[in-house]
Amino acid sequence: MATNTAFQKDIADDTRRKHLDSAVVRFAGDSGDGMQITGGQFTLATALSGKNLSTFPDFPAEIRAPAGTTFGVSSFQINFGSRVIKTSGDEFDVLVAMNPAALRVEIKDLKVGGIVIIDTGSFSDRNLRKAGFETDPLESTFLGRYRVIKLDISQLTLDAVAELGLSKKEALRCKNFWTLGYIFWMFGHKRQTTVDWLHAKFANRADIANANIAALNAGHALGETSETIDGFQGYAIDDADDIAPGLYRTVTGGEALSWGLAAGAQLADLKMVFCSYPITPASPILHTLSNMPEHNLVTFQAEDEIAAACAAIGASYAGALGVTSSSGPGVALKGEAIGLAISTELPLVIVNTQRAGPSTGLPTKTEQSDLYQSVFGRNGDAPLVVIAARSPADCFDTAIEAVRIATKYMTPVILLSDGYIGNAAEPWQIPDVDKLVPFPVSFRTDPEGFQPYDRDPETLARNWAVPGTPGLEHRIGGIEKHYESGHISYDPDNHQKMTDTRAAKILGVANDIEDQTVESGEDSGKLAIVGWGSTYGPISRAVSNLLAEGIGVSHIHLRHIWPLPSNLGDLLSNFENVLIPEMNTGQLRTLLRSEYLIDAKGLNKVSGQPFKIHELEDAIKAQLEART
Amino acid sequence: MNDITSPAKLTAKDFASDQEVRWCPGCGDYAILKAVQKTLADIEATPENTVFISGIGCAARFPYYMATYGFHTIHGRAPAFSTGVKLANPDLDVWVVSGDGDALSIGGNHLLHLLRRNVDLQFLLFNNEIYGLTKGQYSPTSRAGTRSPSTPHGSIESPLSATLFALGAGARFVARGIDSQQKLLPGLFQRAHAHKGTSFVEIFQNCIVYNDGVFDEFTARTVAAERQIFVEHGSPLLFGADNNKGLRLNRETMAFEVITVGEDGYELGDVHVHNETNRNLATLLAQMDEPGLPVATGILYCNPAPSYEQGLAGLTESVQSGEQGNLNALLRRGHTWTVE
Repeated sequence: MATNTAFQKDIADDTRRKHLDSAVVRFAGDSGDGMQITGGQFTLATALSGKNLSTFPDFPAEIRAPAGTTFGVSSFQINFGSRVIKTSGDEFDVLVAMNPAALRVEIKDLKVGGIVIIDTGSFSDRNLRKAGFETDPLESTFLGRYRVIKLDISQLTLDAVAELGLSKKEALRCKNFWTLGYIFWMFGHKRQTTVDWLHAKFANRADIANANIAALNAGHALGETSETIDGFQGYAIDDADDIAPGLYRTVTGGEALSWGLAAGAQLADLKMVFCSYPITPASPILHTLSNMPEHNLVTFQAEDEIAAACAAIGASYAGALGVTSSSGPGVALKGEAIGLAISTELPLVIVNTQRAGPSTGLPTKTEQSDLYQSVFGRNGDAPLVVIAARSPADCFDTAIEAVRIATKYMTPVILLSDGYIGNAAEPWQIPDVDKLVPFPVSFRTDPEGFQPYDRDPETLARNWAVPGTPGLEHRIGGIEKHYESGHISYDPDNHQKMTDTRAAKILGVANDIEDQTVESGEDSGKLAIVGWGSTYGPISRAVSNLLAEGIGVSHIHLRHIWPLPSNLGDLLSNFENVLIPEMNTGQLRTLLRSEYLIDAKGLNKVSGQPFKIHELEDAIKAQLEART
Repeated sequence: MNDITSPAKLTAKDFASDQEVRWCPGCGDYAILKAVQKTLADIEATPENTVFISGIGCAARFPYYMATYGFHTIHGRAPAFSTGVKLANPDLDVWVVSGDGDALSIGGNHLLHLLRRNVDLQFLLFNNEIYGLTKGQYSPTSRAGTRSPSTPHGSIESPLSATLFALGAGARFVARGIDSQQKLLPGLFQRAHAHKGTSFVEIFQNCIVYNDGVFDEFTARTVAAERQIFVEHGSPLLFGADNNKGLRLNRETMAFEVITVGEDGYELGDVHVHNETNRNLATLLAQMDEPGLPVATGILYCNPAPSYEQGLAGLTESVQSGEQGNLNALLRRGHTWTVE
């Protein structure tokens, strides 16, 4: 079956195909249906076919929620095309619904006239009831606005693998690859990467690999040979032509952040000690780095969040780059330890892959509601640096920036990502690490006149004297320290001076970061949209759409949350109005209002889902109309 | 302040920092501090490679008084900080100083995992059965009925045995001493230092202000000989003013009982011989809380196993095969494509 001839057909003459600039596909099924793997394989094939893309894995917190339920639906969305892709897309062109629950949950966001592919084999009375359908939607007008492709994927898969001797249960688990084969046909994608992946994944179970490949080929063949919708011969998406030349790969935020930390440690000429405790959605960083021990790093799965932070600080004290990683609830537990790192002025990177809160909140859903926690969430006057990544690929650069600031200023830096960025993938032009500008750390070694809190007059960073260095033996701790000697000091004037110095040191970082620029639009005008973090994609798409319509609006996107860029106040004063879309109830807005005394408005959404482009377009238009 | 004129051999005084010691006059901590400083001189420790790490509490001030590297951290977390120090630089010689509240209450979880992982360092637990720095509340080792500001009618909780906890957590070195054993403590600390892995040493320490005399029933000069037994590997478990009392294993009760050599037909051969590599024996010695049984001090258990650092080094070696990773190569691994 898996012959070369079959593969050549992938590059079929596509004159009969309908051409699209871009398409949004959403795979939806039960938690156990393998939708994330299906999406991942489709992403890879899409990237290798030379398209721009952005993905959005959207899955429940339960590992295996009860089968067939609406709360157990796991989905994977991809937006791809020849134009610049900035989000995973609002409405889908194609929905794959592996069961009635998936159809129930996802159909509302399918475009009118869009295609829904349904596995009729899963539409039993029992599954319909579990999904809350009193009548069969396939027999009613429920799907009247859409083009429906009904396929008994379960049976077609069983047929495809019939000769391979698998149990029925094992055979049915190939359903997702049958479906993937069909969607590959629909978009003219090649199958070879998935075939290679299956061989590698099931290296010890050739029968499973072969069955999945057979299912993949069968799904593809069905597309080739049968016209499921009258006159529909599949889609063709032109290759992207605006991509900068270079070597590319797909990358998730978790991967890019991990590699950025490793690159940052290398640029600082430090061993990295990465200490973490498993938590959704931050764990992929721990997993990625645990697989890289040859890169001068150690990973440590601590007994809890507090221990992870403390071990990282201990490592920094001993002359390594201490890094700890978690999500909001875990960062809350680390608060006291972070205060110690602030007080003892040790470098530390704290990665927060944010999720919806408060408390346990929605562990697998995205939100950016830990800004207050990052900037303000500690006892005492405890300033530190906060920066935020805007996209999966941007995690690489922001991680390096976090390491640079932490080591140069001897300070904790909180690096904010979120569940969306962490899990989503996008193409990434692979940087040449050897060409990045190094920022090697120099430890104090000279005992002459040594004081533990000697400071660099420019950065106010104290000198880093590491155990093992003769003549620099000293004691530090969380009790207030004398300005120079670091000895315990309860002197009131000294505490004032130390508090002021710690604040000044952090504010001084603003002089060491790039001026804030305008992402798109003019640098003055009626309305600035100010965003941070993962809202970058939807805001930039919405603003560029409106600019194309001739509507005057500008997009400013912050990487540096604290301290804010030194020119930001002036920049914002050039605009009559400021609108701040955030996936929280207005946290950056509070910060900007208090810092600059401006009447910034908020557009706030905490549904666990990223902003849709049309939501932003509507809000921007409403804002512009309201003031005229 | 830290000018060391090597190669002259350092003395205990050379390990004392210039900071004024601020424990209460008469506190048992002074004696332990002296014993540690003497130990460092005896083992010819290098100040620059020695790190004292503590959490919060009276005992936790210890690092300030040592002319070594020192890190006074936060309540209960010293095991985690010290693990991080060893992850960064396994060559450092780390001593953790803690108290019963710090180690067994707020930091109980961290101590458990430190011992389980067998990180190569010395852990000294100053047990005074009370919270001193917060002014006298009962602690997890306080006996039932202890009256304190937070238990004015007496504590209703059962106390924790630090040594049984350590043994249960998988410690490979468990020793016990008393602050007043000035002659014996340096020897215990030396053995703790020589042991690879976490060396756990509990020291009964008198809090002269909030719990004075709590250990008198076995530490008072008049009763010490009859109420304490100092155990030594390979020697019969003998004690008493005449050194003729011994511990015999009662096979019915599976516990020790006290016999007198030369009385009731008992001979020296009936006295159990200490074997520090036997965990069951260590457990029996640690839990001698029946009336009439002495309190065991000395090295109850020493049975080395690979340390965390050794495991880590082996892991890194097997993965690395001697090659330093190339990040550029890593980023280009897997599926890539070129845009012309």
